[in-house]
Amino acid sequence: MLDFPRWKVAGIWLLLAALVSLSIPTFIPESVTQSWRINLPRVNKGLDLAGGSYLLLEADTNDVAATRVEAMREQVQTEMRRQNPRIEIGEISSRGGQLSFLLRDPTQVDAARERLLQITGTGAGMTGQRQWDIQVVDTSRFVLTPTAEGLKQAVETAMGDATEVVRRRIDEMGTREPTIIRQGSNRIVVQVPGLQDPQALKDLLGKTAKLEFKLVDVNADPQALAKGQAPAGDQILPYPNNPSGIPLIAVKRQAIITGDMLSDARQEFEPQTNAPQVSMTFDSQGGRRFARTTQENVGKPFAIIVDNSVISAPNINEPIIGGRAAINGGFTVESANQLAIALRSGKLPVDLKIVEESTVGPDLGADSIRAGILASAVAVALVVAFMLVTYGRFGVYANLAVVINVFVILGVMALLKGTLTLPGIAGFVLTIGTAVDANVLINERIREERHRGRNVVQAVELGYKEASRTIFEANVTHAISGVIMFVLGSGPVKGFAVVLLIGIATSVFTAVTFTRMLVAGWLRRAKPKTINI
Amino acid sequence: MKLLKLVPDDTNIDFVRLRGLAFGLTLLLSVLAVGITFYKGLNLGVDFEGGLMIEERFAQTPDLNRVRSVVDAQGVGEAALQQFGDPRTVTIRLPVQQGGDEGATNRAVRKVESALLKAFPGAEFRRYSTVSGKVSGELIRHGVLAVVLAILGIGLFAIFRFEWQFGVSTIVAIVHDLLMTLGFFALTQFEFDLNIVAAVLTIIGYSINDKIVIDDRIRENMRRYRKMEMREIINLSVNETLPRTVMTSVTILLALAALLFLGGHVLRGFTAAMTLGIIVGTYSSIYVSSSLLITLGLRAEPENEKPVRGNSVADNAERVGPRA
Repeated sequence: MLDFPRWKVAGIWLLLAALVSLSIPTFIPESVTQSWRINLPRVNKGLDLAGGSYLLLEADTNDVAATRVEAMREQVQTEMRRQNPRIEIGEISSRGGQLSFLLRDPTQVDAARERLLQITGTGAGMTGQRQWDIQVVDTSRFVLTPTAEGLKQAVETAMGDATEVVRRRIDEMGTREPTIIRQGSNRIVVQVPGLQDPQALKDLLGKTAKLEFKLVDVNADPQALAKGQAPAGDQILPYPNNPSGIPLIAVKRQAIITGDMLSDARQEFEPQTNAPQVSMTFDSQGGRRFARTTQENVGKPFAIIVDNSVISAPNINEPIIGGRAAINGGFTVESANQLAIALRSGKLPVDLKIVEESTVGPDLGADSIRAGILASAVAVALVVAFMLVTYGRFGVYANLAVVINVFVILGVMALLKGTLTLPGIAGFVLTIGTAVDANVLINERIREERHRGRNVVQAVELGYKEASRTIFEANVTHAISGVIMFVLGSGPVKGFAVVLLIGIATSVFTAVTFTRMLVAGWLRRAKPKTINI
Repeated sequence: MKLLKLVPDDTNIDFVRLRGLAFGLTLLLSVLAVGITFYKGLNLGVDFEGGLMIEERFAQTPDLNRVRSVVDAQGVGEAALQQFGDPRTVTIRLPVQQGGDEGATNRAVRKVESALLKAFPGAEFRRYSTVSGKVSGELIRHGVLAVVLAILGIGLFAIFRFEWQFGVSTIVAIVHDLLMTLGFFALTQFEFDLNIVAAVLTIIGYSINDKIVIDDRIRENMRRYRKMEMREIINLSVNETLPRTVMTSVTILLALAALLFLGGHVLRGFTAAMTLGIIVGTYSSIYVSSSLLITLGLRAEPENEKPVRGNSVADNAERVGPRA
């Protein structure tokens, strides 16, 4: 137990030195380390210390299901007609979460099924399981039902895409080091340090930014529209700024252009009126489609739809070949810019709602850090004094271990890129207390063994040996609490658990092994006959 | 140099004799704690209740009634005000905003902020937090689950390492600590939020420490002094570990005192909970846990049921229970 060959001693000092040095960058102000251009490990400050905003976004999975069925409907309609032989279908409906349609020619059942398998087979997902169940009812009606597996996959993909889109939008805002992570199956955590007014961010995140261009059905009867009736193949959409006065319009269901064909969107000013507008540029596919449609429909109006609401419905005066278009319709510079950002960063595949948010002002954060450091320093001072007075030389060794432990914990946190929160600072103070506990156990045990009449070396050996068992058990129970807190806790609590858990591991090393090494060294050198403990 | 000894060597306090009194006191306090918790209720934070919390600091100590009327005039719901930390800082609690969309919350915050700024120049907001009903429900569930898991996990650990009586007595002692903490929060109406749950979990971890140290010693003495009566073993064990128990509690309390007085108001509830927890935990280790072992029939020779020695020692070892 007290045997410490040279290499072991050197090893322990080296390890401690390495871990402590890892903690140093955290103490140097960021402005200085930024200029050095190398990436030094440092401990991140949680939002409650740095100030900033925290948002928890949740996606509506029902929304995903509905969108999927709609998308499949469009695919079915297109593919059935386009491929050879052409299969005519009618009475297509996407009600009740299922897609159903009637086959005009019952003899085409097998061909239709083949084609459906082909359509639903694309994007079968990596598990290879089917995403849609295909059934035939009454010899000529097809019913497609999404499978649970398929839905799960769809949510997974949608969330992945949504996280990317959120990331891009936040990047556009030019904020510093945002954190965007998935949580659970349908949530995203967004943390933006330094952000004081999350309103702009929330507005930005609230838009799905689904862009579509659809042809207006000029044959629709306005009276019928108001009653919710529209010709077959049409859909009724809200049109708030309709110059005719009725806030509704009928458009052909099939979209000519969708947002993914957009290659750029910018906020600009209209040449004549100087009103803010959003200018869009399309990619080659979008450009071609746009050109073809405008050529075929000169003189007719088409609707520009964002998030299922018509923003404007201009007439096609001439074919648009250049692949550029502009939306104007009562924008302010800000709202135009926001829409441009939203369009640029892509469509949010799901609607995201904010279920929790928290903002800490910068002053409070700085105050908290100051208070935390002060409290920690005083705690260390008190504990050190107490240990010194109670255990003399052995107290000195314990104190050394405690102080080094604090820096080691910081070093490990920096290495693991951990985040320090306000409760985390409290965790430090507590760890100071517990680390000392190990030494108290050891020292009390040594005292006892001396009372029982053992000689110095024996007493120390026994002290360490007996106490180690108890220390181990105590640490296991602390660890149980710590792990539960880490798994079930949120932000600040997690930060606390991290400090506690790291502290448990490192304190075993510093309080037991390190002090043992120091004591062993002293015993060998001084060979004392009695010890004052 | 002469070293400080808070606890003199070879103390011989008869803890076990005071057992009855301690039981009575503990029972009384527990009942009181439960009573207060039900009667007054806990001051649940935004984490658990949902809603909006704004912390605002004013240039001078404000007249709370005036603040309330300014906030109420904004039509954002029933406000609850509380001074927090220093007299110039006030927390304003508002119920979950209608409309449920992102816009509603921000509008409410902006409205209240600008109204307060107009009425009290120099007022600034320090932080705000809003939690929807859904998330707060989850947080409560997670919190309760965490505590239950911790108690079970540690109880099971105790049962595996020692005999079942240790496990049971440990669990009883922890539940007692928990009740005391809840009672404390009901009494003082400090805000009970997620941080407090973290404090509770930590307290559970610490409490166990004490108990394990004492239980360990009891076990060791059981092996060493096979002829000794159970109550004497327990007395001996507690006395032997007393210096360590006191020492550790003092060091942790010193550290916590630093936090309590210097750590700022945000963590004050958390620190207060921890401090209380350590004190209560130490008491329950010394009294509740070890004494319960006797009541639960812990025997000196647990592996060896048949009385080997026919002399009075074995009979004494058999005679366990209250009034032993």
